[in-house]
Amino acid sequence: MKPFVLVTVIAVTSILAGYFWGSHQTDPSLVLPNQVEQGVDYDQASLEGVLRAALPPNPDGTVWQVREGESIQRAVALAAPGDTVLVFPGEYHESVYIDKDHIYLVGVIDEGSRATLNGRGVLNDAILYSGNSIVIENFEIKNYKGNAIMGQAGNNFEIRNNLIIDSGVYGIFPQLGQNGVVTHNVISGIADAAIYVGMSDNIHVAHNEVFDSVAGIEIENSRYAVVENNYVHDNTGGVLAFITPGLPIKTTEHVIIRNNFIVNNNHPNFGAPGSTVAGIPAGTGILIMAADDVVIEDNIISGNKTAGVIITDHDNAPNTTLDPESDPVPDRVVLLDNFMINNGYDTIADVQALMLTEFKTGLVDIVSVGRNRDSCILNPGRYHVVGLGDYDRCSVTTSANLANYLLAEPVQERPVEDFKLGEIAYLGVCSGCHTYNGRMIGPPVVVIQALYENNPEGLADYIANPRKIRPDYPEMPPQSYLSEETRRAVAEYMLKIDQPSH
Amino acid sequence: MKPTSSRTNALAVVFALVMSTASAEFSLSERCPPSFRLSESNTCELQSLYFMYGSIQNQGIGGTQTNLPHFNDGYTPQQIDLGRYLFFDPILSVDGSMSCASCHQPDRGFSDGQSRSIGLNGQTLQRSAPSLWNVGFSQRLFWDARSTRLEAQALEPLFHENEMGNTPQQLLQTLKHNANYRALFRTAFPASSDITVDDLAIALSAFQSSLISLNSRYDAYAHGDHSALSEQEIQGLNVFRSFVARCSECHTPPLFSNNQIAVIGVAERTGETLDVGAERTFNSRKLRGGFKVPNLRNITLTAPYMHAGQKQTLEEVVEFYSRGRGNELDDSDERQLHWHITQPDLTTDEIAAVVAFLGALTDETMKPITPSTVPSGLPLVHDNLGSDRP
Repeated sequence: MKPFVLVTVIAVTSILAGYFWGSHQTDPSLVLPNQVEQGVDYDQASLEGVLRAALPPNPDGTVWQVREGESIQRAVALAAPGDTVLVFPGEYHESVYIDKDHIYLVGVIDEGSRATLNGRGVLNDAILYSGNSIVIENFEIKNYKGNAIMGQAGNNFEIRNNLIIDSGVYGIFPQLGQNGVVTHNVISGIADAAIYVGMSDNIHVAHNEVFDSVAGIEIENSRYAVVENNYVHDNTGGVLAFITPGLPIKTTEHVIIRNNFIVNNNHPNFGAPGSTVAGIPAGTGILIMAADDVVIEDNIISGNKTAGVIITDHDNAPNTTLDPESDPVPDRVVLLDNFMINNGYDTIADVQALMLTEFKTGLVDIVSVGRNRDSCILNPGRYHVVGLGDYDRCSVTTSANLANYLLAEPVQERPVEDFKLGEIAYLGVCSGCHTYNGRMIGPPVVVIQALYENNPEGLADYIANPRKIRPDYPEMPPQSYLSEETRRAVAEYMLKIDQPSH
Repeated sequence: MKPTSSRTNALAVVFALVMSTASAEFSLSERCPPSFRLSESNTCELQSLYFMYGSIQNQGIGGTQTNLPHFNDGYTPQQIDLGRYLFFDPILSVDGSMSCASCHQPDRGFSDGQSRSIGLNGQTLQRSAPSLWNVGFSQRLFWDARSTRLEAQALEPLFHENEMGNTPQQLLQTLKHNANYRALFRTAFPASSDITVDDLAIALSAFQSSLISLNSRYDAYAHGDHSALSEQEIQGLNVFRSFVARCSECHTPPLFSNNQIAVIGVAERTGETLDVGAERTFNSRKLRGGFKVPNLRNITLTAPYMHAGQKQTLEEVVEFYSRGRGNELDDSDERQLHWHITQPDLTTDEIAAVVAFLGALTDETMKPITPSTVPSGLPLVHDNLGSDRP
């Protein structure tokens, strides 16, 4: 590790997020790829008021600096949980994947110049992560074929302050994660949803601008999500809350859509054939499909030519498959006060037909089609409505008492007690080759116990770095993917076994 | 292996002989198979490093560090071991010519290397034999997802006239006439006064649930050793989970299946009629030509691929997806293709990388031991490549 030389401090300000990163710069002649420095200036106080979902960075962690011409992935590979990878302005042409926990991947903004990930139309995704507590902020991302930022089962994520242009299928797509924020991003030109929350729980989507995409913000098969204070304009459909049948997570419930500008979403649909969004009529402000317990409140919804809000069941939605395990009917949609003007001025034939059944013509703000259970509207007289005959008057007037659905603390991994950890590692891995007292591929546990009596450290070390000792057995493959804690636990467990377990 | 008629006759003679010569050389293990913990109530409970992780709504689908789906365990060691004998014993078939292992061969990933499996008297069946690795996690069984429980699934091939061709009455009679099985069933099912079809199904399910493959090089990578995969395999993983190829949207880790139905639009072989698959199971045109999403563990061992073995290699499979939506269908084929079937147009390098990555999903460390003799005394009939012979 190179010596630590403090010369000056560059303040890297993430204005919208409201806190800053400091980094120490060394003598330029000593700047090497992935330079290592100790100690991050991290202004804890300035984090107040910023929505957090990830663990804070490790104050003693390393800041890995990446400059144009260097590889972000290489820095990610070197980073340990709690570290920060700081990417300086310039153009980067790579796909970055993060299969580890607790990494801050942060772009430096210098006089408006950002670290730009450019897929040049040939790379698949810009950033893929599967770890927990991943923070991605301040990047510019353009010209990827797949997604700009995609999470696969990472919890406690923060994706903020990114500028995403014309990057494939989804702009920001956290999937199968719990507890995350997507805020202050500007996203345009996306062939499906600019922000797509898929099969995730406890999510907050706020202060984003999404436009020129097929869908602005989509909450699909997800629970406990707030979508607020976003500017959603010039998409085919603005904000969607869907249950898509055929996915392994079956419900969408407890979604609050409030305080958004949902304006002029009249973009011609350019969704991929067969995709669910390809069936969205251009000019849809909000689309609720089969989702339950959705609250729509205090949005400004204007200029959407098909309708301001459409609520539908699966039977009246195109491109949905059959799934006996998903409920096709929206339940308990709550339409509180919203500002709606000039919606449905050029609506589709299906809506017109529905209007005719109620002897209505002209504008349409809210359409409910198909089956529906226990939904309500607070002041129906304010809007042009159709299909709301069975909606009750709401007994609630606001969702303001709920700030967000984020968890008070980051999601913890399943706690596994030490003795359990040793047991699952021994039985889940070692038992393929070892038994208590019989010969299999490896020697019996009783023999190992005799060798390592009172020496679990020795056994734990051997597990990570095995050597061929016995001529009559094959060499054991290293089990270095087991954490130090797990190796120690399994060593202690193996030395305590006193009867055959399998 | 196709039994000839003379061989069948010879087997029938042996079959009759062994009924009277069964001896008491068989006993059942009192220990669980590897990867299982023996509980105080004498049941075997799965143990896995994946238990260290959570998963959204406990569904067992996600990314690298995600817990497993619900698992069908709780069988006793004795039931599992009895199931192992039954699985390999041709006594289950009407004429002693087939065992479960005829189509689910341990050396071929518990499949059989055939496009479509061979049933009784050499006849070709409708579909390929699915692998049984990790089948205890499966919420839907058979390619068309028509069964939801292993116990119900296990009996269908036994009593299907084209498969093992037996009848419950005849099978029970045969087993009850066998002293070994009378003793073994008594040990495995002490509460039952006699051999029953239900207990037989439990034993077969118990053994199949013990087939665990979760220690591949991919798993080492997932648990944190990033040197466990080669550069090409990591590239393949990234293509696999990219939103261009979208493989992992349905073949979702950790098992590489989301346990759902998908209509992918692979054509039948020339001249063969459409297999409607899940359309019949769910009585819905929307699922016409839909099949269960198989898990991809040990996938390199189970060629050929697809519900009727239309693809000989994994390259062909990936190329099929890469060529795009409906590339094997006519306009007349009304099929509501899955929304993730797009047109990835993968490069040759990317296809090779995905195939390399799939190779990293191989793990047979928990492969059970094939018994050298079975309680009926009948000779083993499955095609054994010999890798686990003593």
